[in-house]
Amino acid sequence: MPILKRLFIRILSIAVTLIGVSIIVFVVIRVVPGNPISMMLPPGASDDDILRLKTLYGFDKSIIEQFFIWISGVLSGDFGTSISLRQPVLSLVLGRLPATLELSLLALLIACILGGTLSLLGTRLRETKIEGIIDGINGIAMSIPDFLWGLIFILLFGVMWPIFHISGRISPFLDIDYSTQFYLMESILRFDLKVFTDLLAHMLMPAVALSIPLAAIISQLLKQSLKETMHLDYVTLSRTKGYSENHVILKEALPNAVLPTLTLVGVQFTFLIGGTVIIERLFSYEGLGNMAIDAVINRDLPLIQGIVILFALIFTVVNLLVDLTYTLLNPKLRDG
Amino acid sequence: MVDTPRNINRKIGLRMWLSGGWLLFLLLATLFAPIISPHDPLAQDLFASRLPPFWMDGYEATYYLGSDSLGRDVLSRILYGAQIALLVALIASTATCVIGATLGVLAGYYGGWVDLVISRLVDIWMAFPPVLFAILLIAVLGTGLTSIIIAIIVIDWTRFCRVIRAETMSQSAMDYVASAKAAGRARFGIMIKEIVPNVLPTIVVLLTLEMGIAVIVEAILSFVNLSISTDFPTWGGMISEGRTSVHQAWWVIVFPLITLFLTVLSFSQLGEGLKDRFDPVLR
Repeated sequence: MPILKRLFIRILSIAVTLIGVSIIVFVVIRVVPGNPISMMLPPGASDDDILRLKTLYGFDKSIIEQFFIWISGVLSGDFGTSISLRQPVLSLVLGRLPATLELSLLALLIACILGGTLSLLGTRLRETKIEGIIDGINGIAMSIPDFLWGLIFILLFGVMWPIFHISGRISPFLDIDYSTQFYLMESILRFDLKVFTDLLAHMLMPAVALSIPLAAIISQLLKQSLKETMHLDYVTLSRTKGYSENHVILKEALPNAVLPTLTLVGVQFTFLIGGTVIIERLFSYEGLGNMAIDAVINRDLPLIQGIVILFALIFTVVNLLVDLTYTLLNPKLRDG
Repeated sequence: MVDTPRNINRKIGLRMWLSGGWLLFLLLATLFAPIISPHDPLAQDLFASRLPPFWMDGYEATYYLGSDSLGRDVLSRILYGAQIALLVALIASTATCVIGATLGVLAGYYGGWVDLVISRLVDIWMAFPPVLFAILLIAVLGTGLTSIIIAIIVIDWTRFCRVIRAETMSQSAMDYVASAKAAGRARFGIMIKEIVPNVLPTIVVLLTLEMGIAVIVEAILSFVNLSISTDFPTWGGMISEGRTSVHQAWWVIVFPLITLFLTVLSFSQLGEGLKDRFDPVLR
């Protein structure tokens, strides 16, 4: 039963976190000088207009009343109506979510491949010059945030050698008629190579920009834990059995070295998702983050609230999944 | 390459000299910006628009790194932009450090409900996407230097709090704390006199890393036009403007980008170098 108990405690703490996040967003937007209505209306609006809007959005009630009205709506799936786009927040947000999820997962995949390869290479070629070079690359990759990588890629592969698209999610001339918003996944399932390559040509640069800092962290951590594992007796034993160095690293050391990296990848993945906000802006990618910045610029309070809550939900759920995977994979915790 | 302690120390040394050197250079350039800038960073001259840097054809004297589409000197704008970047880096990260580290030490040392409240707050904070939170705060507070600094403090205090809390907890479990307790010293006194000096190296490392982060946050905010007023030059603002004319005048975006890159890299390398230097395991 420990897993169920753990799960229950985690879900309870997620609920507390989400309520905390809602309260903070709600208060931040409303308490600070300049009420939402004056943010929404152009200067010089008449008192009548102000009053009408206030009543329409319920801003004439007290903050506590507003909060309970909003939260009871949220619990029944009603996140309010976007002020700038005049559509239900929930459907707007859910429409953009797939784009952001696909971008983040692609970035995670790239980070694991890049980081994994570098760490295995570093372990295989340990105590050579190449290990030093890999460490150096890691150091720089980790120091530079995704925003700067994005700008560098735009200059290199969008302007100097225009190989990739650096704006948008899909070419406008491709008039696709898919049943979901998960274009990339759906194009794979439909074997639609033309759409798939077009999507990838758009997504690759933002995804790589997002993935580089995470790849460097994975590489560094996995290499360290591989190095420790390589000194253990069972590895030495398999080496004396005559297995090749590649076999020893991949089949013997790797499975045991992966676990500590996994937890960290989970936490870092939430940072990566947070990074999509500015990366989507940079690459004009039509995801949740780009919509969020527009919402802030347009002072679209209901939309801002909806997006922030959704991000918070994603973050906490990712952490929960990592925690559960870790528990399932780690025999010490499984029976404890 | 065998990593003998001396070898490691030499590598750390070079890294710290290079990054420290760049930051010192930048600081001096910032302080003397009014004297060494060849032009007024705000002065527009449409007859001198999109001039290339000094090694290219069409270069015009004293526009060493070229000019932007409004004829403003790129070098002067980078120098004045450095003022904002470094000012934000110093003030915002110091304030973030003081608040975050204080809460971290309190949570780690006192435990109990103090720890419970602070840790819960950190959990809630970690559920916000930081960039979005920053933009939201600026939208609410209004643009300006003070707003940027407040936004950075509000967002990043958890970074210090989490690490210092853990560090304080492991220090509190050590013998020297137990013996100080046994000697009948007051709890608060032990915290200030014994624990704080021992977590100070970690605080210094985090502070250095935070300066690089603050520079980036300022650049991101000015990139989305939410930093200080748009007339004053900022690196992020220059990058954002340069992006629109990148095909005609690449130098408008490339030079501020390189400066930003080197500055962020230097803060981070300096921080990592300090971390290695303070870490007794490496010695």
